[in-house]
Order: sequence, then C-alpha cells, then structure tokens
Amino acid sequence: MTYNKSIGERLFDAFNIVLLVVGSFLFLYPLWFVIVSSVSDAASIASGAVSLWPKGFNLEAYERVFNDSRVWLTYRNTIFYVLAGTLINLVLTTLGAYPLSRRDLYGRNGVMLFIVFTMFFSGGLIPMYLNVRDLGLFDTRWALLLPGAISAYNLIVMRTFFQSTIPDGLIESAKMEGASEYRILWSIVLPLSMPVVAVMTLFYAVYHWNSWFDAMIYLQDRSLHPLQLLLREILVSSQTNDMLGGVGSGDVVGVSETIKYATTVIATLPILVIYPFLQKYFAKGVMLGGVKE
Amino acid sequence: MNANAAKSNNKVPDRLKKGVRRATFRGVIKNRSLYIMLIPVVLYFIVFHYKPMYGAIIAFKDFKPFLGIGDSPWVGFKHFQQFFESYFFVRILRNTIVISLYQLIFGFPAAIILALLLNELKNQIFKRFVQSISYLPHFISLVVVCGMLIDFLQPDGIINRSLLAIGVIGEPINFMILPEWFRIIFVGSGIWQSVGWSSIIFLAALSGINPSLYEAAAVDGAGRWRQMLSITLPGIMPTIIILLIINIGNFMVVGFDKIILLYNSATYETADVIGSFVFRRGITEANYSFTAAVGLFNSVINFTLLVLVNQLAKKKAESSLW
Repeated sequence: MTYNKSIGERLFDAFNIVLLVVGSFLFLYPLWFVIVSSVSDAASIASGAVSLWPKGFNLEAYERVFNDSRVWLTYRNTIFYVLAGTLINLVLTTLGAYPLSRRDLYGRNGVMLFIVFTMFFSGGLIPMYLNVRDLGLFDTRWALLLPGAISAYNLIVMRTFFQSTIPDGLIESAKMEGASEYRILWSIVLPLSMPVVAVMTLFYAVYHWNSWFDAMIYLQDRSLHPLQLLLREILVSSQTNDMLGGVGSGDVVGVSETIKYATTVIATLPILVIYPFLQKYFAKGVMLGGVKE
Repeated sequence: MNANAAKSNNKVPDRLKKGVRRATFRGVIKNRSLYIMLIPVVLYFIVFHYKPMYGAIIAFKDFKPFLGIGDSPWVGFKHFQQFFESYFFVRILRNTIVISLYQLIFGFPAAIILALLLNELKNQIFKRFVQSISYLPHFISLVVVCGMLIDFLQPDGIINRSLLAIGVIGEPINFMILPEWFRIIFVGSGIWQSVGWSSIIFLAALSGINPSLYEAAAVDGAGRWRQMLSITLPGIMPTIIILLIINIGNFMVVGFDKIILLYNSATYETADVIGSFVFRRGITEANYSFTAAVGLFNSVINFTLLVLVNQLAKKKAESSLW
C-alpha cells in the first residue's frame, strides 16, 4: 500500500505486537516453570525461590522417578497402546473412508448418515460402560483399543480428502487394467494421500498418549495401566510416597514437588520434542477438516 | 431401457423398475470388494455406538445385571421423575449451563480475536512463531494440565506467591477448595489450552479473503478498523456460524473428565455437572438405571438443541451443517 500509516494504525500495530508477545509468554511460561523446577533442588522449591532459572541444579528428582518401576511399566504400556491403537485406528478409518469416497457406491449416503448420526447422539456413558463390560473387555488391553477404534470425524476428514484429491479417472483406468480394489487403495490412493495419513496418525497417536478416562473405568489391573493414570495419582492425588524413600521429614514437601515436576516433564517430553517438527501437519489437519463438501 | 420408458408416459412401467433394480444389483456386485471393506467399519459402529443406544433403554427399567438389559423389569419414567424431583437436578443443570455459557461467551470469541490479531501481523516469521506456541498447550494431556493447575494454585504455589509479592492479596487463597473460583479456573485454563488450536480454522478462513477487497477499501479511504468491520468479519462469518452451531449443539456437554480431575467435595456446589454426576453416581456407586436416565436426558436435550440451532441458521444466515 502506498498510503502513509496514521498514528492510530502505528499504535495499533505496536499494541498488537506487545499483546501477542505477552500471550506467547503466558502459553509457554507454565511449561518452562515446570522444566526449571524439575532440575532445581528441593530447598529452593520449598522456599519458592525458583521463577525463571533453575536454582541449585541437580537431577535427584529424575533419579527417583526413574528408579520407580511403575513409571517404566506404565510407560511401556502407553507405548503399546499408542502403537497398537493407532494402527487399528488407521486401518479401520481407511477401510471406511475409501469406499465412502467412491461416488459409484450404491447406498453410500445411507452409510454416511449412519456414521454421522453417532457424532450427535450417543447412548451415554453408562450404557457404553455396561456394553464394554458385557463384551468381556474389562481388564483387557482391548478395552483401550476397541471402543474408540474409529473417530467419525476423522473418517469424514479422510473421505473428503480422497474425494477432492484422487481423480475418478485414475481409479477407472486402474480398474481397466484389472487392479483389485485393495490394490487400488494400497498402491494408488494411499501413496497419493500421505498428508492426510500423516495427520490421522498424529491425531490418533496424541489421543492415545493423552487418554486416561477409559483406563480408569475399564482397568482395575494395575499392570495394564497407562502412564496417564499413574500421572493422575502423582500429580492430582499427590501420591508421591513411594518415591520418597530416604528423604528427611524436613525435605518431604520440596522433594515431593520436584518429583511431580520431573514426572510431568518425562510424560510430556516426547510431545515437546517432536512438536516443532510436526506442528505444520497438525495445523493442516484442522484445515482439512474445515473443507465442507 | 430408454425404449421401454418411451412407450408409457403416465406411469413407470414395471419392466423399467425391474431394470433399475437389476442395474443397482449389478452395481452392488461390481463393487462387492468395497462393501466387504465396509463390513468391519459398520460392525464397529453397531457394536460400540448403536448397541449402547439400545442399552440406554435401561433408563426406563430397573436394571439388574444378572437379568440383563432385555429381562430387567420396565418402570416407565420412574428414574426421570426421581431425577427431576431431586436436589441435584437444579444443581447439576445450573452448573452445566453456567460453565457452558462461560465457555461460549469467553472461549469462542477469544479464538476469533486471536486469529484477527495474528492476521494483522505484517512479520510472517513472528506470526508463525506465535501461532506455533499458541497450539502447544492443546497437545498437553488433561491430566498434566490439571496437575499443573493444582500445583500452581495451592496455598504456597507460584500464583499465590506472586500475588502476595505484588501485594494484590494479603494472605494466600486456597483456590482449589473455594466454590467461587472453580468455574473461573476451569474455563480460564480451558481457554489457555484451546484458544490457539481453535484459531486455526478462523485463520484459514481469513486467508481465503480476496486481498483486492482491502486494496479497494483503502483507496476509498477506509481505515484498518473499518476494513475489519466491513471486509474481514463478513468474510469469516460463514465459518463463525458453522462453528457456533457445533458449539451450541454441544452446549450440554461439559468436558466432565476435566471436572473429575479438578473438583472435590468442597467445590461440588459450583463444579458438579451432568457428566460428572453420572460418572460418580453411575460408575463409582453403580446406580446404572438412574444415571442412564440422567445421561439420556442430557443426550436428548443436546440433539434437540443441535437440530433447532441448525434450523435457525439455515433460515436466518443461509449456512448450516446439513
């Protein structure tokens, strides 16, 4: 634009930048505080001396957390739930999205309605809970893998992507060549749809990593618990006694706090580390969902 | 088939109907692999979504686990009546509505405002930086977020210490056990966690606005504020309306898993919502039929709201979900 900016506009720009810098600080600071606190000594934590930088740097809290067998057990369980759960999600979502993206599929609107309806009406928590119990899934790993095997929303996003990016002619000509539907899906449609597959993988994997409620209501057996349930005990119910062995009574409060911070960091680190590399896909996923047919 | 159809103009001849049916049948046969792919998907929705909808009939029965859903005796609207007459009805309905309303009034515009502010930034690198940081909280688990809240808000936590240091308060406030603080904490932390993520969709809509509109407006002497009101806001209005419909359709769904993590018996008065009540009475105390009735009441209200709002939007704003 060739026009000179008025004073008002300059003020607005400056104000806007200040506001967003303050906003960014508010988004980041809670996490930063947890990280610096986790590597500070218990006395500084108990006296509230830590604010921007670590005080009395040490890794004692991490040692205590890593010496707790439940942390390893639940971490392993969570990794299993993320891998197995995401695989099941991807296979089933694709098997639903591909046929429903085909305009020549008789009855596809009916099937879509059947799926979309579940997004807006549900039987409620109690019937779902009793259903999982009746199916004999209580205290099995399946209880965390099957009830959420397909997200109707993700299925719609994937279907929309197939419909808008895979030309009908491509599928037609592959059929002329005698390719089966499975082969078309595997060798033509999926390789052309890597952006949406990446987004789905991330959405489902983050969902499994963070999920805790289903585990709480379906799993009594502690050997099957995911990390988030242990986190709930440590962070929300403040049960850190198991990790406090050998701590003098004067230090209990401070050490208990550093243990909480260290556990938070360990549980969140994988997401924080991969986040910068993946965040463009996350954003893309929301945009894909925004495409209305 | 065309020749057959031409012979009779008044009614569809049987032979044509048969032809259509045969063509459909042939289409189904031709695409049989596609239907086979759909079998596990349809089965999933039947077993994990439609079967529980059938299971919701225990709301009209006295469910006895050893009799099963089918054989438990019918009791009509007994559980609904019991719920409507109970002390909890007003409390959990009020809490659900108030918390939802706070989220709608403060959370929904917050995402639009963030998107508008980001959109006004000239420096693309700074813009991308702020955006990335604003999404981050969305990916932190609810358990961790609530753990941090409880830690920061405890009497000798960082928030109380900071407020004491700058002299806003004289002595520490025990936020987590004071009913008057619960909703602010719940909704405020929800905005912290979701505002960046929710703004993405508005940013996408903003990037779709034709830049020549702004140039034309500038030539006509419209300032930035005027441009925002006359070009930017109307440009993203369809997106705002669609998301508003979805939000109102979910009005009676408050994220009760977060409520369960944050509340305690001291804050039930302002914190207990329909979802957390169903969880506590249903799963912890095994009152299946009664809480199934409460849950069904909630589902029906939600669905009705969604249909009504969608209808209204279709008429008034000409954009709708379906």
